[in-house]
Amino acid sequence: MPSFNFVLLTIVGTGIVTWLSRIIPFVLLKKFQLSKGVIEFLSFVPIAIMSALWFENLFVQHIGQLPSIEWGNLLASIPTVISAIISKNLLVIVVVGVISLGVVRMVLGM
Amino acid sequence: MNGELTVSAASKDTLPTVFGYIGIGLAFGIVGKAAGLSPLLVTLMSIITYAGSAQFVIVSMLVTHSPIFSIIFSVFLVNSRMILMSTTLAPYFKRESMLKNVLVGSLLTDESFALGMNKLNYSDSHLNFPWFNTANVISYLTWIISSLVGAVLGNFISNPEKFGLDFALVAMFIGLLYLQLISDRSINFNLQLIVVGFVLLAIYFGLIFIPSSLLILLVTLVACSFGVVMKHAFF
Repeated sequence: MPSFNFVLLTIVGTGIVTWLSRIIPFVLLKKFQLSKGVIEFLSFVPIAIMSALWFENLFVQHIGQLPSIEWGNLLASIPTVISAIISKNLLVIVVVGVISLGVVRMVLGM
Repeated sequence: MNGELTVSAASKDTLPTVFGYIGIGLAFGIVGKAAGLSPLLVTLMSIITYAGSAQFVIVSMLVTHSPIFSIIFSVFLVNSRMILMSTTLAPYFKRESMLKNVLVGSLLTDESFALGMNKLNYSDSHLNFPWFNTANVISYLTWIISSLVGAVLGNFISNPEKFGLDFALVAMFIGLLYLQLISDRSINFNLQLIVVGFVLLAIYFGLIFIPSSLLILLVTLVACSFGVVMKHAFF
């Protein structure tokens, strides 16, 4: 592990780029109006980002080849989706998800 | 979830996501400690960088002694999706002061963004500072405390994955996606399903040649364009 000062500098540097990514749109859009086309484009961001974040966790990357399947996460996703449809309650969904992966790992010995 | 935009409504709405932060925060603390970071540095990273999955990237790059600029650039790539999320969110805060806008942006996360987008379906498309800031601050404090606890406990727990806690985040994305699908009436339901299917294919084939740090952003951009095209062509 690099020195304390190097790590601290890294933390501050990554903190600044992350912060700027978070606030610059807020600062700019205080002054400017988005066009109708851009707003329509952005209306797809929530479902696109959430499904991308989910699906990325179902695969293991091997650059240059098709990804392999992350079986633990894929199998645990099934009861999680079912619990979402039945309960429509985020807390239930999260608890069912965690228990599902715990059980899948125990059964498959992963 | 209901239409109320108060501090107490926000606390209730945020509760389910807290479990995700605790699970991943503990895991981050344990991993950071195991990689050789002191509990102080682990906590400082959670306070200053505050970037969820990107913090795992930082730790793994520190371990391999990567140059500082490549670490910063990777984190920028992983977090560049924040730009899209704050651009989507900012119009709802146009009437609030600049300081409040910056505060909401500073603590924005994937989860508070998704919660906010869900809330819009109940609140007649309104958001305000007290509600969003409460959701943000609860998430921020939970993340800091859990990563500190994880780093301190790190000596005793070697394998956090055994408990399935790392799935809390994925489960949350599944839940928020589903709730968004059934409650967002501004986009046709079938069109939303088609976009989700498109994202699945794009992620699968994208993983062949696009580094995962860049993939989420690229797939989101392409999927949004695809959605707009489909909407005009068929819906």
